[in-house]
Amino acid sequence: MGSLKIENVKKAFGPVEVLKGIDLQVNDGEFVVFVGPSGCGKSTLLRVIAGLEDSTSGRVLIDGADVSVTPPAKRGIAMVFQTYALYPHLTVKNNMALGLKQAGTPAAEIERRIKIASAMLSLEPYLERRPAELSGGQRQRVAIGRAVVREPKLFLFDEPLSNLDAALRVNTRLEIAQLHRRLKATMIYVTHDQVEAMTLADKIVVLNAGRIEQIGSPMELYNAPANEFVAGFIGSPKMNFIDGARLGETAKTIGVRPEHLTVDTKSGAWKGTVVHAEHLGADTNLYLDCEKAGLITVRIFGVYNAEPGATLYATPDAAKTYRFGADGKVLR
Amino acid sequence: MSTATRSLPRTIGAHAILITYTVIALFPVILVVMNSFKSRAGIFGAPLTPPTPKTFDLIGYTTVFGQGDFFHYFQNSLVVTVLSLFFVLLFGAMAAFALSEYRFRGNTLMGLYLALGIMIPIRLGTVAILQLMVATGLVNTLAALILVYTAQGLPLAIFILSEFMKQVSDDLKNAGRIDGLSEYTIFFRLVLPLVRPAMATVAVFTMIPIWNDLWFPLILAPSEQTKTVTLGAQLFLGQFVTNWNAILAALSLAILPVLILYVIFSRQLIRGITSGAVK
Ligand SMILES: Nc1ncnc2c1ncn2[C@@H]1O[C@H](COP(=O)(O)OP(=O)(O)O)[C@@H](O)[C@H]1O
Ligand SMILES: [Mg+2]
Repeated sequence: MGSLKIENVKKAFGPVEVLKGIDLQVNDGEFVVFVGPSGCGKSTLLRVIAGLEDSTSGRVLIDGADVSVTPPAKRGIAMVFQTYALYPHLTVKNNMALGLKQAGTPAAEIERRIKIASAMLSLEPYLERRPAELSGGQRQRVAIGRAVVREPKLFLFDEPLSNLDAALRVNTRLEIAQLHRRLKATMIYVTHDQVEAMTLADKIVVLNAGRIEQIGSPMELYNAPANEFVAGFIGSPKMNFIDGARLGETAKTIGVRPEHLTVDTKSGAWKGTVVHAEHLGADTNLYLDCEKAGLITVRIFGVYNAEPGATLYATPDAAKTYRFGADGKVLR
Repeated sequence: MSTATRSLPRTIGAHAILITYTVIALFPVILVVMNSFKSRAGIFGAPLTPPTPKTFDLIGYTTVFGQGDFFHYFQNSLVVTVLSLFFVLLFGAMAAFALSEYRFRGNTLMGLYLALGIMIPIRLGTVAILQLMVATGLVNTLAALILVYTAQGLPLAIFILSEFMKQVSDDLKNAGRIDGLSEYTIFFRLVLPLVRPAMATVAVFTMIPIWNDLWFPLILAPSEQTKTVTLGAQLFLGQFVTNWNAILAALSLAILPVLILYVIFSRQLIRGITSGAVK
């Protein structure tokens, strides 16, 4: 229970087209992540699914039923917002209970669900507090708890970790992953952070400027990006793009991931000078200014000592080099 | 407090300016209250001195309370002010919410139209308003005043409140919608409490001109039954003889209710004025 189908959904604000025809199928129990740069329409698409925004055209089907005229509260969804959006005048417990009370759920049932959800999210000590008396991480867990007690067909998350600090982000990410495993519910998660997308998703939907660029599992997107945009967006540090003409290639652009380059002090394909080295412990990022390839990033596993100004030769792994045509699509 | 504002000359300077301003602002009020407790001779003999045992006299207050219906005038003023205030805040907040929350055709134009009243004084329409009240039979009723004051207060209220309502988090309202709250519940339970400081600001700015107004009570509701305090005090202003004791006493009494309302709103007001200045 909890499949979603989106058919040719378009959304315009006045003359500005924000969604330009989205088609998507989400299966029951899947964890789907919408990822894309800021302003590409991820939140708008999520709000259309939730019913908080009407689409200009197209259909949204939840469990096969067209919900175009169903109000948000009746769609069987729950949403977690970036800014938590807790009711400031209610206690944690009442924040979680409000939606159920509105729906006429019996008090005993509400009590039972809050008990389960607060145990799951370790919120028991805070049930009688107000949101102002909680830390950011606790507030976001309350917001997640408020979604959990509704037992929705579909969870919608809109950048839920963006307001948390780095350490908390990793913890909460883990909690969301565990939550998905335990509830086996369908979840749609919006983020601009490709690391979140890669770590959480069963299926990633890459959006750009109101269009879907590619849909696939994290490894499909990493290993077989459909175009330059996806190749550049997935993976960190970002893929190197080199003008094909400079390398004497027929393709418009050649792409190599930093981790698919090796360096040598004596010989190699591209001769370059070290511009800067970033030492992260587990790996080292080298920025090389190459005669043929221009400025490229090389990721070396482990520690590698290179002084800025030193000469190094970089060699791409031929089997993991991508070729893009003039339209940005990958050439096979 | 930063260290810069703590240096002694600056502190003295700042306090000197503030004290001077306070004295200037309070001077007329103090003069009125002081002289209301003096005899007629005391008022004219030494208007700037506080009442002494020789000049102390409650004649003003006894005249005011003796002269029939002053209590009734108070009641009229209070009814008119409180009800007008209530309607201005209610309708102003509702209109502001609609303008800031919903996208509909003509939204901007409607906002401009509603704000236009800030620039055009309502008194320009006095003749038309009077004709309207005569036609509807509302002359010499408090309802006439309440309607006029509501219209007078709305433009500024809508203008200020819609700015504040734009700042209320969309996510919060959307969370309410997903939880099945009606638009009314979202407005009254989620949005209104968050713009309370702005409401208090609007309340004070709306209340004072209404309480002090002489124009509309004089034109629309001069009857004995509907007189307000400001109009009632005119009773003692004669063409040839003016009962200064009574006027000063009436004015002193008129300060009280508005002072009480102000104290109720002022805590919120200060937050309203400084909100946004500090995070
Ligand atoms: N209510 C609105 N009115 C006008 N434009 C909007 C509105 N909401 C979003 N937009 C525009 O739609 C685009 C996509 O916004 P959004 O979906 O929030 O992007 P994302 O969540 O991917 O960062 C943005 O360019 C934004 O300016
Ligand atoms: Mg967004």
